Amino acid sequence: MCLGIPGKVVEIFEEGGLKMGHIDYGGTQNKACLEYVPEIEIGQYTIIHAGFAISIIDEMEAQQSWDAWREMAEAAAREGIDLFGEETGASA
Amino acid sequence: MKYLDEFRNPEVAHQILEQIRKTVTRPWVIMEICGGQTHSIIRNGIDQLLPPEITLVHGPGCPVCVTPLEIIDQAIAIASQPNVIFTSFGDMLRVPGSYKDLLKVKSEGFDVRTVYSPLEAVDLARNNPDKEVVFLAVGFETTAPGNAMAIHQAAKENLTNFSELVSHVLVPPAMEALLSSPENRVQGYLAAGHVCAVMGWWEYEPIAEKYKVPIVPTGFEPVDILEGLLIIIQQLEAGKHEVINQYLRAVTREGNQPAQNLISEIFEITDRKWRGIGTIPASGFQIRPKYAAFDASLKFSVGDIQTNESPDCISGIILQGLKKPTECVAFGTTCTPAHPLGATMVSSEGACAAYHQYQRLRMPVS
Repeated sequence: MCLGIPGKVVEIFEEGGLKMGHIDYGGTQNKACLEYVPEIEIGQYTIIHAGFAISIIDEMEAQQSWDAWREMAEAAAREGIDLFGEETGASA
Repeated sequence: MKYLDEFRNPEVAHQILEQIRKTVTRPWVIMEICGGQTHSIIRNGIDQLLPPEITLVHGPGCPVCVTPLEIIDQAIAIASQPNVIFTSFGDMLRVPGSYKDLLKVKSEGFDVRTVYSPLEAVDLARNNPDKEVVFLAVGFETTAPGNAMAIHQAAKENLTNFSELVSHVLVPPAMEALLSSPENRVQGYLAAGHVCAVMGWWEYEPIAEKYKVPIVPTGFEPVDILEGLLIIIQQLEAGKHEVINQYLRAVTREGNQPAQNLISEIFEITDRKWRGIGTIPASGFQIRPKYAAFDASLKFSVGDIQTNESPDCISGIILQGLKKPTECVAFGTTCTPAHPLGATMVSSEGACAAYHQYQRLRMPVS
């Protein structure tokens, strides 16, 4: 019940006076209410929870997290440690 | 899929795990609040990959599990009336009441339906004006926006045949109740990311300060959870107790304002009983008097039901993080997903169901 799923907004429409959208979850599409994310646009990713979008995914924050992790992994590789924390014998 | 695959990357996960191993020097007990996080932890074996100093205990963040037996019995009583279409999220149908579950009521010929969104229940009310449509509105702050919207929409359309049986619970009061218990052993919290997406994380700042525990709003994928744990462990080792948001891509300090506004319009704070835990003051929502016409507990006479809890089920102790599912004598024997004694074995977010699904071995019962 508390499982939110990220999906991409592929269509926005109105139904019963509510802002609704079709959300693509990697190939499967479903309808969701977008009333709580009024500024959302087609192409943005959102977290859907029990049929309602509760948050727009901040793509910049997601990218920064990913970049930080990659940097950490690359730094470890430069120190001669593989991604599982074992020494590789290699050095940059 | 974007925003899922990268947060399941095993190389990144192992690198964060290595950072945890380098950071930890002493034993720490950390609780993940949310049942969704519990399942991710068990499914990915995160608890078994952590250094032995770290003990993860599973929290009460499973709405199916903490919905009190009285509400389940009331739901069964309402659903067993001939003129009712009773609607619910699917995972509530198999929660054992005192004598049967909602699925049994459905098998007896009554109209019990699973809906994906509470707005579907409003659609049913609109399309079946001669029936009473009731929605079982349970859950944490995550389902409250949808359940509030359903009442708002029904009121807007003057639908007099729609109502909700509400048993909403709130995370921060439960966290405080656990921390103030004399049996508490939790030293840091992974806070539930999607609850924070709705409500923000500002509410946790006074809790972190009062009880000196780090609290980290965290996502649900393995990399999220490991990073959340790393942020907690870094704080514990440094003697710090701050709220630091791991789930930056989905959560802001203030949360979702439009959702909070409608929740406040429809619901008010009330004391709530939690199954297996007891009553926690100011720990839930109830429908405001202004919207009493949509309150199924007032519309149907179901207040005087006598409940009968299984004496073998220790789900309350499990929900407080005091025991693991495998320490229950009924686990995997008299209590299985096919024949659950308690809600923690039913729900996809219940700790017992997670342990059973991923075949965790029994440990000796002490």
